[in-house]
Amino acid sequence: MTDDATPTQEPWQIMGENIELMTGGIPWGRRMSFRVTKLEKGRVWGVQPWKERLVGDPDTGVIHGGVLTAFLDNLSGMAASSSLNEARFVSTLDLRIDYMRPAEPKREIIGEAECYHITRNVCFTHAWAYHENRDKVIATAAGAFAINMPRAISTMRPF
Amino acid sequence: MTDDTPLISRADQVYAFLGRTPFAQEIGMRCEVMGDEMTAIMPFQDKLIGNIAIKALHGGAIGAFLELTAMAQVFLVAEHLTRPPRPINMTIDYLRQGHAKDTYARATITKMGRRMCSVQAEAWQDERSKPVTTLLAHFMVGGE
Repeated sequence: MTDDATPTQEPWQIMGENIELMTGGIPWGRRMSFRVTKLEKGRVWGVQPWKERLVGDPDTGVIHGGVLTAFLDNLSGMAASSSLNEARFVSTLDLRIDYMRPAEPKREIIGEAECYHITRNVCFTHAWAYHENRDKVIATAAGAFAINMPRAISTMRPF
Repeated sequence: MTDDTPLISRADQVYAFLGRTPFAQEIGMRCEVMGDEMTAIMPFQDKLIGNIAIKALHGGAIGAFLELTAMAQVFLVAEHLTRPPRPINMTIDYLRQGHAKDTYARATITKMGRRMCSVQAEAWQDERSKPVTTLLAHFMVGGE
């Protein structure tokens, strides 16, 4: 036990302290205006507000299924990277969404994602979207994410 | 002799559906109908970016585009439907990175049943033979 050693933070702790930044660097996430509300190791919660421009059915005002796809994809990816012991980007390999019931118009949607298994290269996730609780779920998602090896800054494109 | 030709063609109904769906407008989706076939286009916009560092399109944006393409294709050919079909589930396969450029998509109906149908869709950018993302979806096409 050393008293002077600075405790090393795990990726999820750094992510948890920078929740606002997490969606800020993602233009599409900003445009969808969802936010992350809570983060633990391998577990993430978020809120997707209702917006007129996200409506998929103009007759009922229900939000489009594609909004849930982006929302659950993002939360699942965050759950995946927060479950790792080293900071890594992950990219979606595949995502399956099941629509259980339509979302109610003009209500925000709560999302929850968990990473339930990790291998050397892949993270497996489950996610849920609902208004009140998981007993009355709107959609569920099952995802697989590839863990990317760290890459040199020079390989990144300027924005 | 009765004239069964509707006043508004099915293609126009598909265009109208996209035109009045706020989320289709949000992703900037357009489509071109050629008989029972249709090609959808999602022109590049900065807001569709998911990763600033590598300037890649957000998977959710491509997924939503494919979902709308599949939905529009079903609506185009399932003439008994008075409104676009409701999705049951979908699997999105992210094959390549979507670059900061226009994306195209086409959907094929694998099986049209009485209540449900199975649809495959793929999105590409430069080469049709190199899909960026593919989708497999089921929709309800049964009575309203």
